[in-house]
Amino acid sequence: MLDGVVKVLTRIAAITVLVMLGGVIVALVDGSIPALRAYGFSFIYTESWNPVTEKFGAAAPIFGTVVTSFIAMLIGVPLSLGIAIFLTELCPPRLKRPISTAIELLAGIPSIIYGIWGLFVLAPLLQRTLQPWLISAFEDIPVLSNLFAGPPYGIGILTAALILSIMVLPFITSITRDVFETVPPMLKESAYGLGCTTWEVVRDIVLPYTRTGVIGGVMLGLGRALGETMAVTFVIGNAHRIANSLLAPGTTISASIANEFTEADGELYTSSLIALGLILFVITFIVLAGARLLLARMKRAEGK
Amino acid sequence: MTLFRKSIARASLAVAGAVVACNAFAADISGAGATFPYPIYAKWADAYKKETNIGLNYQSIGSGGGIKQIKAKTVTFGATDAPLSGSELTETGLIQFPMVMGGVVPVINVKGIEAGQLVLDGPTLADIFYGKISKWNDKAIAALNPGLTLPKTAIAVVHRSDGSGTTYNFTYYLGAVSNNWRVNVGVDKSVEWPVGIGGKGNEGVANMVSQTNGAIGYVEYAYAKQNKMSYAKMLNKDGKTVSPDGSTFQAAAANADWSSVPGYGVILANQPGADSWPITAATFILVYAKPQNADDVKSALKFFDWAYKNGGDMALELDYVPMPAAVVEMVEKTWGEIKDASGASIWK
Repeated sequence: MLDGVVKVLTRIAAITVLVMLGGVIVALVDGSIPALRAYGFSFIYTESWNPVTEKFGAAAPIFGTVVTSFIAMLIGVPLSLGIAIFLTELCPPRLKRPISTAIELLAGIPSIIYGIWGLFVLAPLLQRTLQPWLISAFEDIPVLSNLFAGPPYGIGILTAALILSIMVLPFITSITRDVFETVPPMLKESAYGLGCTTWEVVRDIVLPYTRTGVIGGVMLGLGRALGETMAVTFVIGNAHRIANSLLAPGTTISASIANEFTEADGELYTSSLIALGLILFVITFIVLAGARLLLARMKRAEGK
Repeated sequence: MTLFRKSIARASLAVAGAVVACNAFAADISGAGATFPYPIYAKWADAYKKETNIGLNYQSIGSGGGIKQIKAKTVTFGATDAPLSGSELTETGLIQFPMVMGGVVPVINVKGIEAGQLVLDGPTLADIFYGKISKWNDKAIAALNPGLTLPKTAIAVVHRSDGSGTTYNFTYYLGAVSNNWRVNVGVDKSVEWPVGIGGKGNEGVANMVSQTNGAIGYVEYAYAKQNKMSYAKMLNKDGKTVSPDGSTFQAAAANADWSSVPGYGVILANQPGADSWPITAATFILVYAKPQNADDVKSALKFFDWAYKNGGDMALELDYVPMPAAVVEMVEKTWGEIKDASGASIWK
């Protein structure tokens, strides 16, 4: 009897997830039909975003979303892995607790706080220090001079990416730390016994053993970076343009929606914003599917 | 059994109490819309509640949101900074009237230039926001400021990233003084900005300007004043230099011909008059001419009437400009067109 109830209740819970996901997809598709009908496929590669003439294109927000997330992962992943390796392999037990707690606290900070901190503290700091340095340091190097072209606003794509890298850090770190701890001590001890250095143990024992978990953690972080709204809105500069320079202002999909939804009047404007949401959904889906595929391939390569 | 009956009686009493409480709650006036007048609406509502015990539930979600909500009939009144046109009003059956006025000011942060030292005119301002003028020592700016040493700093344009009635009034002004702006950028609550960075809300723009050397932005006057930001003086339509304050906003409003546009949808930008501040703006209220619930609208109108008659000083304190008595008279005459289900006028 009780078993039956549990079965039914858990099944309902599981189905609720599917229903909600389906509902979101239906609502997004339904809402974006007017925009997709008006602009067709060109919606994705058009840069112009003009509420006056109602010509909307998603290229700038897509670009901003992908680039900020990519840079955030570029900074965040090595840093997180470093912290996790230090915590599991090298950290003196006395330090382990405070560092772990600090990381968990970092995960608990609401994103609006990151946004405010980014705008009031990080952006002015970058404007005075890092950005002028980047501009002058790469002035004469062909590609990099474009990538770091001034003026230093303080806010922009790079600042948003830096904030994002801090925000994804606790997610990736805590997951990778947990999976690193699942490595059987015997394996590690044997490797050490053979005279391996810590780096060799990490590279040849720990990372291969925990690959799936690490990739899962990275994907979770990437998911957060792609969808993060408030913190990015504060520091990205909110300009619907694709600039060569990482120091220039840009926008992301979620920042555009947060900024413009309340004041969007006219069917096409609202619909275009919903279509942006749909695109973000698709991007996230592609990322997750890609991760699954990668894992499946790795398993096959291992011959399991 | 008696115990059971007693508890039923008690329960029904409790329900009755809850219904009464609900009624008291329902007496609150509900509205939504523009953020620009929110501070003064909140102040009025507070004073009004003390006098009449009727509260105001105003969600400052933005002008676009206000229009959407009143169209969806979820609120008794909508509030917008960008007036609806005569045809939109007839189509939707809404009545529109101005509630209070204020000013938009260009704020700057340029090392070496003090508050009120810089003078700009409309075409120059439009060229700056278009990106045509990109340095502070540009010839056009120098010509307007003969006595001032201008730095070579690059101009960082800061605009609103969210759709906003402030942006509507600002771009309306730029469009009125610059053909290039009107044709290539246009006038709306948000536009495709040719240059610059976007800040969220008045506070976002104010903050971005104050931390970026060489920045220029536009905010509601109250924000500039409260944050002690450097503003620029403007050359108005009559070619006179004016500073933004209550008196120049009032001067701009005094010359407006309110009856010339349906729904009083006068935009106060670029008004004639020697003392007129060129970027002055009114904010509007929308109610249905044939409301579903006439009592709600009536109680809202009573509040607006009270605010027109008693709220002037409070408005001035917060750097808004109250509507002149003559306009109020016209508006209240228009209220006579609002009818309840039986077709009787609900106002006077």
